Amino acid sequence: METISTTPTVTVASSSGATPASRSFKVSSAPSDAQPAETLINIENFDFYYGAKQALFDINLKLDDKRVTAFIGPSGCGKSTLLRCLNRMNDLIDGTSVKRGKVTVRGIDINGGDVDPIELRKRVGMVFQKSNPFPKSIYENVIYGLRIQGETNKTRLDEVVEKSLRGAALWDEVKDRLHESGLGLSGGQQQRLCIARTIAVSPEIILMDEPCSALDPIATAKVEELIHDLKKEFTIIIVTHSMQQAARCSDKTAFFYMGKLVEYADTRTIFMNPANPQTEAYVSGRFG
Amino acid sequence: MNTSSNLTTPKSANPYAHRPSRSQAIEKGVLSVFRAATYFILICGAIVFGDIVFKGVPTVVNSFKTTADFPYVTNTFLFTAPESLYVFDYDGKSREMGDQEFRAFRATEEAKATAAGMPVPAIKATSYVYSAGGIWPCIVGTVLLVIGSMTIALFLGVCSAVFLNEYAKDGPVVRFIRLAILNLAGVPSIVFGLFGFGLFVLAAPTVGTVPVGEIHLRLWPLNYYLNFGGWGVSLLSGWFTLAFMVLPVVITASEEALKAVPKGFREGSLALGATKWQTIRKNVVPYALPGILTSSILGIARVAGETAPIMFTAAYVVRDKLPWEVEKASDFFFQGVMALPYHIYVVSSKIPQNEYTARVQYGTAFVFLGLVALIATASIILRNNLRGRYKW
Ligand SMILES: Nc1ncnc2c1ncn2[C@@H]1O[C@H](COP(=O)(O)OP(=O)(O)O)[C@@H](O)[C@H]1O
Ligand SMILES: [Mg+2]
Repeated sequence: METISTTPTVTVASSSGATPASRSFKVSSAPSDAQPAETLINIENFDFYYGAKQALFDINLKLDDKRVTAFIGPSGCGKSTLLRCLNRMNDLIDGTSVKRGKVTVRGIDINGGDVDPIELRKRVGMVFQKSNPFPKSIYENVIYGLRIQGETNKTRLDEVVEKSLRGAALWDEVKDRLHESGLGLSGGQQQRLCIARTIAVSPEIILMDEPCSALDPIATAKVEELIHDLKKEFTIIIVTHSMQQAARCSDKTAFFYMGKLVEYADTRTIFMNPANPQTEAYVSGRFG
Repeated sequence: MNTSSNLTTPKSANPYAHRPSRSQAIEKGVLSVFRAATYFILICGAIVFGDIVFKGVPTVVNSFKTTADFPYVTNTFLFTAPESLYVFDYDGKSREMGDQEFRAFRATEEAKATAAGMPVPAIKATSYVYSAGGIWPCIVGTVLLVIGSMTIALFLGVCSAVFLNEYAKDGPVVRFIRLAILNLAGVPSIVFGLFGFGLFVLAAPTVGTVPVGEIHLRLWPLNYYLNFGGWGVSLLSGWFTLAFMVLPVVITASEEALKAVPKGFREGSLALGATKWQTIRKNVVPYALPGILTSSILGIARVAGETAPIMFTAAYVVRDKLPWEVEKASDFFFQGVMALPYHIYVVSSKIPQNEYTARVQYGTAFVFLGLVALIATASIILRNNLRGRYKW
């Protein structure tokens, strides 16, 4: 039986009152890999459509809390689509619909009528494939989410900027130029700035859609290292094209093909001993 | 000697040597057409601007006068109201005087004559309307018309562009609205004038303590009435008429500018839990603003220069009072004003034409160009400021 945490402190719909800091991350409860993980997100019999075109077919997936889960699969198989369903970014595209099944986070159906996607997105942050720092200063980029929530306390904002930039392993590189444009950073720095911006609002889950696909190997290594650190505090779901990346930084891996979930298991199993021949073919580089 | 092989003869060894060909001839011909067209435009423009500047500058320059008070120098053409010009011979000298000066002169001469017991001199003067004094009320009126109408046009235009581009789902209705807006751009300005006259001057809603006309509405429980008596020939009517005239430009420009803002900025903001409006306000419109302003600068020249839309809605041929000389603040919006393009029209349509009116015409045209250049420069500086702040 799956374990759905019944901790009532975090409810998706009514979180606006709680300042992000009030739900500090219990580092003590951060799992060592030996401990069994709790299920945080539960996707059940999920069908998703772009207009009349079905993009996801009967997805069943349980994603662990404070773990890194990688979505892999050939281009166009629906990885991004599923990822964007988790913070309802697909709502922004005309004609999209969930025809069957549901996605629950801590037992709450995120497509339910009482869930406000705005509140959901404060909890479920997202880092995009193409890094998209805003044309503002580094400082303003990081506190964007807090400004939106009406935070004006300068000391608090300063704190968050430092904490988030440190969290994104960017502080040392930018601490002397916080008020310069975020667009003046290198590609890898920009992507880490986007990660800093995301963790500044203290989400519970961070979705990453091919965050390193536009980065050089060194910048990629830094982001991967960062992901490893971040999973102490956040649940991370990463879409990646690179199987090495999935192997390096994820705990579990889900392999998709043509809108269907083919195999989901520990990353080690997926790469060393996949059950499905399609998975085997994909991870061994025979198609994709 | 055998020269049959080209490759071996030193003379024709260069394969890139110039060889006249048909396509080169065409190239030359086409180039000369392009060049001629450009120079033709340049020459025509130079003639028009040169004419205005050459004939307009003296009008302005010759009107500097010293004054007794600070700042000790003034320009009667720029800073006084238009007057009639009186031209007459007196004491064997030909004189030109503005209305006020002429009256004073005549009074003193008459007084002098009476004091000396001489017969009152008959001064036979020819008068030319608007040919003396200056165009200060027109400058003020045009500036007011531009500021008000551009404010309205930018507000309405940006709002509807944001709605069309950010909120409305693309469909037949939106496409129809866009088409309608584009068509609005093709409507002649005189039609806008008539539309403004019918709608704003005659039928726009006003609030007053007495009911006016057959259709009115008591604003219960207050003792006020919503009337449809129109705003009269007024700044307000002119503002809205001009605003509607430039709206297509502003909306189209705003939509283009909004489209140019990368989708990633919107997604990034929304993914941080911002609402759509927060995203638009903080992370879309500020970046689009320079683009919106760039195209709106063209609108400024249009608004400042059009005569037809204002001649039924806002412009007076002549008005003694300046716009701020009103009894109560609300009257400000309901007064007509003089305006530069309309003044040019009025002076130019005086028949017969003469050197005195020509002076005013050219002077006014010159000042008009200067004013538009000034307003446009101010907007460009503002735009560049914004652009420097947000770059991507
Ligand atoms: N906005 C959209 N409208 C219609 N179809 C889309 C849209 N985005 C993606 N799709 C389709 O959904 C499928 C899955 O796409 P996507 O999730 O982006 O794949 P992946 O991220 O795995 O490469 C593809 O067939 C793609 O064509
Ligand atoms: Mg993708």
